[in-house]
Amino acid sequence: MTVSEFARIPMQDDEATTIFEKGAPGRRAFVAPPLDVPQVDGLIPDKFARAAAPRLPEASEPEIVRHYVRLSRRNFDLDSGFYPLGSCTMKHNPRLHERVTALPGHAKLHPFQDPARSQGALELMYNLERALGEVSGLPHVSLQPSAGSHGELAGVLLTRAYHEDRGQHRTTVLTPDTSHGTNPATVTMAGYKVVKVGTNADGGVDVEDLKAKADENVACLMLTNPNTLGVFDPNIEEIASIVHGVGATLYYDGANLNAIMGISRPGDMGFDIVHFNLHKSFTQPHGGGGPGSGPIAVSDRIEPYLPVPVIERVESGNGAGPHFDLIEDDARRPKSIGKLRGFQGNYGCFVRSYAYIRSLGAEGLKDASETAVLNANYLLAKLHQDPEVAQYLPLAFGKLCMHEFVLSGAPMKKELQIKTLDLAKRLLDYGYHPPTVYFPLLVDEALLIEPTETETRETLDGFAEAIVAILKEAKDDPSIAQAAPYSTPVRPARRGRRGEEPGHPSAARLTAVRPGACRSGRRPTTARR
Amino acid sequence: MTLYTAVTDDDRQAMLDAIGVASVDELFETIPAALRMAERLDLPEGMAEQDVYNHLRDLASKNTSAEDEITFLGAGMYDHYIPSIIDMLLGRSEFLTPYTPYQPEISQGGLQVMFEYQTAMSELTGLPVSNASVYEGPSAVGAAGYLAKLTNGRTRFLVSRGMHPHSRATLETLSVGYGTTVEEIPLANGVTDLDALHTMLGDDVAAVFIQQPNFLGAIEDVAAFSDAAHAHGALAIASADPLTLGVLEAPGNQGVDVCVGEGQTLGNRLDFGGPSFGFFCATEAHLRKMPGRIAGETKDVDGRRGFVLTLQTREQHIRREKATSNICTSQALNALAGVVYLSWLGRKGLVELGELMLQRTHYARETLTGIAGVEALHDQPVVREFALRIPGVDVASVVSRCQDAGVNPGFALGRAYDEFSDGLLVAITEQRSKADIDKLAAVLEEAIDAERSGAPAAGVTA
Repeated sequence: MTVSEFARIPMQDDEATTIFEKGAPGRRAFVAPPLDVPQVDGLIPDKFARAAAPRLPEASEPEIVRHYVRLSRRNFDLDSGFYPLGSCTMKHNPRLHERVTALPGHAKLHPFQDPARSQGALELMYNLERALGEVSGLPHVSLQPSAGSHGELAGVLLTRAYHEDRGQHRTTVLTPDTSHGTNPATVTMAGYKVVKVGTNADGGVDVEDLKAKADENVACLMLTNPNTLGVFDPNIEEIASIVHGVGATLYYDGANLNAIMGISRPGDMGFDIVHFNLHKSFTQPHGGGGPGSGPIAVSDRIEPYLPVPVIERVESGNGAGPHFDLIEDDARRPKSIGKLRGFQGNYGCFVRSYAYIRSLGAEGLKDASETAVLNANYLLAKLHQDPEVAQYLPLAFGKLCMHEFVLSGAPMKKELQIKTLDLAKRLLDYGYHPPTVYFPLLVDEALLIEPTETETRETLDGFAEAIVAILKEAKDDPSIAQAAPYSTPVRPARRGRRGEEPGHPSAARLTAVRPGACRSGRRPTTARR
Repeated sequence: MTLYTAVTDDDRQAMLDAIGVASVDELFETIPAALRMAERLDLPEGMAEQDVYNHLRDLASKNTSAEDEITFLGAGMYDHYIPSIIDMLLGRSEFLTPYTPYQPEISQGGLQVMFEYQTAMSELTGLPVSNASVYEGPSAVGAAGYLAKLTNGRTRFLVSRGMHPHSRATLETLSVGYGTTVEEIPLANGVTDLDALHTMLGDDVAAVFIQQPNFLGAIEDVAAFSDAAHAHGALAIASADPLTLGVLEAPGNQGVDVCVGEGQTLGNRLDFGGPSFGFFCATEAHLRKMPGRIAGETKDVDGRRGFVLTLQTREQHIRREKATSNICTSQALNALAGVVYLSWLGRKGLVELGELMLQRTHYARETLTGIAGVEALHDQPVVREFALRIPGVDVASVVSRCQDAGVNPGFALGRAYDEFSDGLLVAITEQRSKADIDKLAAVLEEAIDAERSGAPAAGVTA
C-alpha cells in the first residue's frame, strides 16, 4: 500500500514554517499597561543596557494561536490513540487534575509565601508523602526531586551520605545490564563507578554474579522490580540479603511501580530507597517530555540524610488541629544532603497525583495494578494466539509478564527482512504509537510493550490485529514496512551527507533558526511538494 | 471510588481464558507469597470526582495566593500576568499528553516547539546553542557546574553570594557527587566583589558563577566578571532572569560561556515553586557537553523540512555511564509556555515590559526609601527588584503585619542572609500599579510604626 498520487495529506502538503519566519515588522499581541509613574531616563548605565533587542517574533495573537494549534496537530498524543510505550506507563490523564491544579489557591501560590499562609499546600504535600510512603512500604518521603533521574541522583547521594557518615568511602554502584540508561549516568554524576551485574536465564539478577561482585567497595545496588524485561525477580529477598550483607544500600527504580501498587511493596522486599515517577504511575501528564516529578521514599536509617526542606506535622495540643512546617535549617537537619533544586519541588504535579490517589483510594490503586498486569498478559496472549506472531516475535523471557513484556524481533528480522524499527514505523500508519524499541539492550531487536490499565479490550485486540497484518504484509513485500511511515506529517529523516545523525549541526543547522537570516518581514510561505 | 479502567466482569473472564489462567491472582504468582500484601493499603477510600474537586478546593482555600493579596514577593519567582492563550494551548491534548518525541514522524509539533524555544532562548541570552530545557533554575546552575567539570577537569567553583540561595545550595549538594568544592565570592555594596574574585581566582578554578540581576536585585558587571574568569581559564557561568533581557545586555554579549536560569517568568505559573523550566544556553564550543534534549532541523526522505532530537550521543540512553547528564524527562510543556509567551510579548513587547518594570521599580524604590526608618540596602542600578533595610525592627513581623493588611511587602532577607537580617526584598511586575505601590508604602509605614510601638499583631493562626 502506498499513498495514491491523488491523496493529499494536508499536514504533509504544508511545509513546516517556524514562528520566527511568520509575522511582519510592527505586528504584536501584547499591549503593555500604561506607564503610571514619572518617566526617568538613564536608569540602566549604558554599559549594562541591551544594545540590540532580541529578535523575537512579531506576530498577532490569532497568528500565534493558529501557528501553535497547527503544530499541535502534527503530534500524536495519548488522548487520540493507543500509546504502548514500554516503561513509560502512558495511562489516561484525568482532566479533573488540570482543573484542580489551576485553582488560584494552588496555581498562584508563591513558593516563598509564609508557611503559616500556605497550610493547604503543606497539608497536601504531607498527605501525599504519607500515601507514597504507604504504597512503597518506606515511611519517610521527600517530594523534592523533579523527575525519575533526579530522584535517582538523590538516592545515590543519600547512599553516599549514609556511608560517609559511617566513615566508609565506597567506590562502586552495581546496576543490572538491563537497567535504564539513567541509572549508570546517575552513578557517574554521584562520583561512583558502575559495575554491571548479569541477568539469568529467567530475566532476573544473576545471583552468582552478584555474589561475586558484592564486596566492601559497593555502595549500592540499583534495581527495578519488576525489571525492564517485565519480570518480577523472585530472588529479591536473597538479593537484598547479599547487598545488605556487604553493608550496601538497595535502591528501587520506581519506573515499574505500576505493576505492584497495593500488591507488593519495595520496602517489604528490602529496598532502602525508592523513587516514584509521578508522571508514570500517578498520572502527571507527560507534556511531550515533562514536567515530571520524582519523589523518593527511604527507610529509617536513610532518613537523617533526606534533602531539605522536609515537612513536619505539628500537633497543636490545644484541640485546634495540626499545622504544617517546612524544616530547612542545619540545626534541625544537620545530616541532610541539602537542596536538590529550588523551593519545594514540582507542586503542580503533587496536586495532580494527590487528586489521583484520593480518587482511586486503596482499592482503586490495587485495581489499577491488577488491570495493568491483566491487560499486558492479555495482549501478549492475543498476539501469540497467532502462531506466526509467536514465531517471529517471541517473548524474550518467561511465559507470563507483569505490566509490560519484551518481544524479540530477531526472528522477524531474519525471516521477514523487517527490523523492529520497520515494524514500529509501520504501526504509525495504523494509527498506533509504537512500543519502546531497542530497549532493553540485552534483547536483540527488542520491542517493549506496556498497554497500561486504562485501555479497553477492544483497543488491545485492534493493536494485536495490526501487528498480525503488518507481519503478513511483510511476508509478501518487506519493502512496505522498510520505507514506512507514509501517512505522517513528515517521513523518516535523511541521514547527513557524511552519515551523521539527522539534525546534526554539521549535517544541518545549529540548534536554532537564525532569526535575522530567515525573516525580514517576508510573509509566511507554503512550500508545495 | 473513581476508576479509569474499562474491564467488565465479562471482559475479565474472557481475558483470563485467553491467557489460560484461572484468576488475576495467578498472574502475580512470581511474587513470593511472603512479599504479597495481606492487608489493604492504609489509604482513604476513593472518592467521586466532585468530592475530590471539593477537597482540593478546600485545600486551595487554606492558601493565600497572589490573587488574595497585593504581592511584592519575588526572590526567584514572580507574579507576572499569563496570557490566556497559554492556558488554551497547554491544555490541548496534543501538547499535554504525548511522551518525549522518540518517533519524529508523529512528533513534529513538539520537536518544532523545542526548536523554536531554543531559538528564542538563544536570542535572549546571546548564545548560539540552547537545549530544550532542564528542570528549573537552581538545578540548571548545578548542571552548568557539571559541564564545567567535564570540560576542564578542575575542581573549584567560585560562586557569587549574590546568587539565589537555592542555586548556591543546589550546587553544593551536587558538588559532593561531582567531586568539586564551592567557595563564595562576597558582596560589596550589593554586587559581587570583583576585587575579592581576583584574589580567589587561580588556575585550578573550573568555573565562576554570577547571577544577573543578582538576588538583591542589583545589576552585575557581567563583562568584567567574564574577563576575570577567562584570565584564569575558568568558565564564566551566568544565571539570568530572562524577562530582564529586553533591557539588560545579553550575557552572551558579555563573554559568558554558559547562561542558565529560571524560566518561570516566561509564561509559567507560580505553582508554589514548580513545575517551571530551567534554560541552558552556551557557546558553540560547549555543544557536545550540553545536558538534555536538543532539537535540530533536517529534511525527510522526500525533502520536506522537519525536526529531530539530535546530538543524542551525549545522552544517558545512548552513552549510559559516559553521558554528559542523567537527565531524561525535563520540562517540555513549561518550555512551550515559554516560547508562546515570548511570541506573544514579541520583539517590542519584551523591551516595553522591561521598561515598565524599570520605571515602576525606580518609583517604588524612591517612594519606600522616603519612609522614615527605611533605607536602601545598596544603591546599585536595579531592574525589577530592590533591597531595603529597616533597622531596629523585626522584619518578619513587619511582613506579617503588612499581610494582615492585605499587602505582601516582599521577602524578609533574614530568611536567607544572616548579614541582612533587617533586609526586605521588594519585587515589581507589570501587575503592580502605581496605586499598588502607594498602598504598599502606606501599609509598610503603618506596620513599622506599629512594630516600633509594640502594638499587638493579629497574625495568622496556622
